[in-house]
Amino acid sequence: MRRILIVGATSAIAEATARLFAARGDALCLVGRDASRLAAIASDLAVRGAVRTATATLEVTDYAAHADVIALAERELGGLDTVLIAHGTLSDQVECENSVDALRREYDINALSVMALLTPIANRFAQQGFGSIAVISSVAGDRGRMSNYVYGSAKAAVSAFLSGLRQRLQKSGVNVLTIKPGFVDTPMTKDFPKGALWAKPDAIAQGIVKAIDKGRSVVYLPWFWSLIMLIIRNVPEFVFKRVKL
Amino acid sequence: MAGTSWGRYPVPRAQRLLAVRDRDAALPEFDGTALPHGNGRSYGDSCLNDGGTLLCARGLDRFIAFDAEHGILRCEAGVLLSEILDLVVSQGWFLPVTPGTKYVTVGGAIANDVHGKNHHVAGCFSEHVIGFELLRSDGSRRWCSATENADWFAATVAGLGLTGLITWAELRLQRVRGPWLNSETHRFENLAEFFALSAASERDYEYTVAWIDCAARGSAAGRGHFIRANHAPAGDGPRPSKRRLAVPLTPPFSLINSLSLRAFNALYYHRLRGRVQHALTHYEPYFYPLDAIGGWNRLYGPRGFLQYQCVVPPAQASDALTELLARISASGSGSFLAVLKMFGERKSAGILSFPRPGATLALDFPNDGPETFALLDALDDVVAAAGGAVYAAKDARLAGARFRDYFPAWNTLQPYLDPRFSSGFWRRVTE
Repeated sequence: MRRILIVGATSAIAEATARLFAARGDALCLVGRDASRLAAIASDLAVRGAVRTATATLEVTDYAAHADVIALAERELGGLDTVLIAHGTLSDQVECENSVDALRREYDINALSVMALLTPIANRFAQQGFGSIAVISSVAGDRGRMSNYVYGSAKAAVSAFLSGLRQRLQKSGVNVLTIKPGFVDTPMTKDFPKGALWAKPDAIAQGIVKAIDKGRSVVYLPWFWSLIMLIIRNVPEFVFKRVKL
Repeated sequence: MAGTSWGRYPVPRAQRLLAVRDRDAALPEFDGTALPHGNGRSYGDSCLNDGGTLLCARGLDRFIAFDAEHGILRCEAGVLLSEILDLVVSQGWFLPVTPGTKYVTVGGAIANDVHGKNHHVAGCFSEHVIGFELLRSDGSRRWCSATENADWFAATVAGLGLTGLITWAELRLQRVRGPWLNSETHRFENLAEFFALSAASERDYEYTVAWIDCAARGSAAGRGHFIRANHAPAGDGPRPSKRRLAVPLTPPFSLINSLSLRAFNALYYHRLRGRVQHALTHYEPYFYPLDAIGGWNRLYGPRGFLQYQCVVPPAQASDALTELLARISASGSGSFLAVLKMFGERKSAGILSFPRPGATLALDFPNDGPETFALLDALDDVVAAAGGAVYAAKDARLAGARFRDYFPAWNTLQPYLDPRFSSGFWRRVTE
């Protein structure tokens, strides 16, 4: 049985992932902004088989509140061995190009708050000598593109942070998983026209649980994004800068 | 969130799709009219709203509580019946009433007051609905049950989503010992034998249904297989095949035509060796044979198909069915799976509930244009003359006057309709 903390638990990918854990009889602590939605998800997970559920509300940019939420999760679940960080916003690129406040807000939510949460969690897991940290980054972090480089570069910061953290925690028996979903059909992307590359949250969730179980380091979901991003990363800059992406 | 219907006819136009994911939240803002839309398994336009908004409620897919001792389940309205089965069968429970597909939402099952092969003993789906919450466009919420807001319950059950959005419901499940059924298949030569088998089976068999060869003519007319079954006692049985077939794309024309139809039906009829066959069957192939073929509706090609389900009263059943089958076989159209069943005497709760005592016949027709519509109008002549009715959930073409004739109480729904809700079906049959 895993004891799992999920931050951003009302997101579609996180909820689908939590259902898979619940069906296996894991214990889950759900953290998000909306108490009523968290309660609805918690009762659903209990019906699906979760041995224990707890909820806590948190504004992730309220850094002072992080420690209390982590302590609550540990207390409610009787320990902690798995953390999934799933919160984020899809930044409005044009707004961020014109407003430093917007730019800072997006970095706060998508990058800094993630690193801030992981700092005490990493230390705790290192100390206890086991644990699994999984964070939803994005394929957008693999290379900055004109259409969403604010979001993309915040995710790139997260990916680089996780890469270093993974090296550091390797010898402590703690796994760090970087999850890079491609296009996923969720409320966050509801205004995009959907094509063949779009995946459902359920499929992403299955990939996440499998990667956590296997102790993987980096996973692209669905898998074919690793090929797409391999190409995109390797396009020479003199070509890339002339392409509209 | 495709916003389409299962028959792929009519093709919806200018619909705006809005997702509903939070049962406690207010309805999303919309202009014009809106209509709740579950999994899009209604066949015609009762789940479509041209020029308006669809409130796509599949995202309301959370369980709320399950009392495994008494079989009481609370869940949001977008939960699929398949998801309920996945949860409860292993704990010794089953749906009290199930339609021929498990891919419908709880909200859709209530809004169409669906029925199944056990109608003669269990009635409609709504008989097992303890209550539900109805959210109106004015923001008001009502708990509706047989005792509380009973008038709203009767209007919303089979109310085609027009009285408001069902957010969550409480259901009473039935106890089973396992996922298997003992089934018996009897071959019958004509309608008289069907009626006799049906009457003889009603008391001792929970599930009865017949497949009928709708392409057979002359002395073969009215032949088919009668299948009766009960839940099996505890024990072990076959597992359903994990293999899933799927129709990956829409062929440029209907693969179902008069040639393939006659051949299939004749082969299927003679597949049964001897007059009776016993089997221990898993519930999946028993209740949901077509669910094993993903996207089977695409077989009918780009123009889609029309399903026709009617009911005719017991006294007129024999003559009316004979006439209906004669008209269908003469047309050369029809379907692989024509289904015939006797409904029981149980009174349906909804103002617009379809089931009533008599024989119900359901079949698909490839959309061959005006010919198909003329045939269905001709079938309506027979059904109306017999004092029967046609099922709204399956309809895409019924004339308004016919609908009002089939459902004379339709006007008593008026005070309960949400003033900002409408559907393609409702405008077609009432305006």
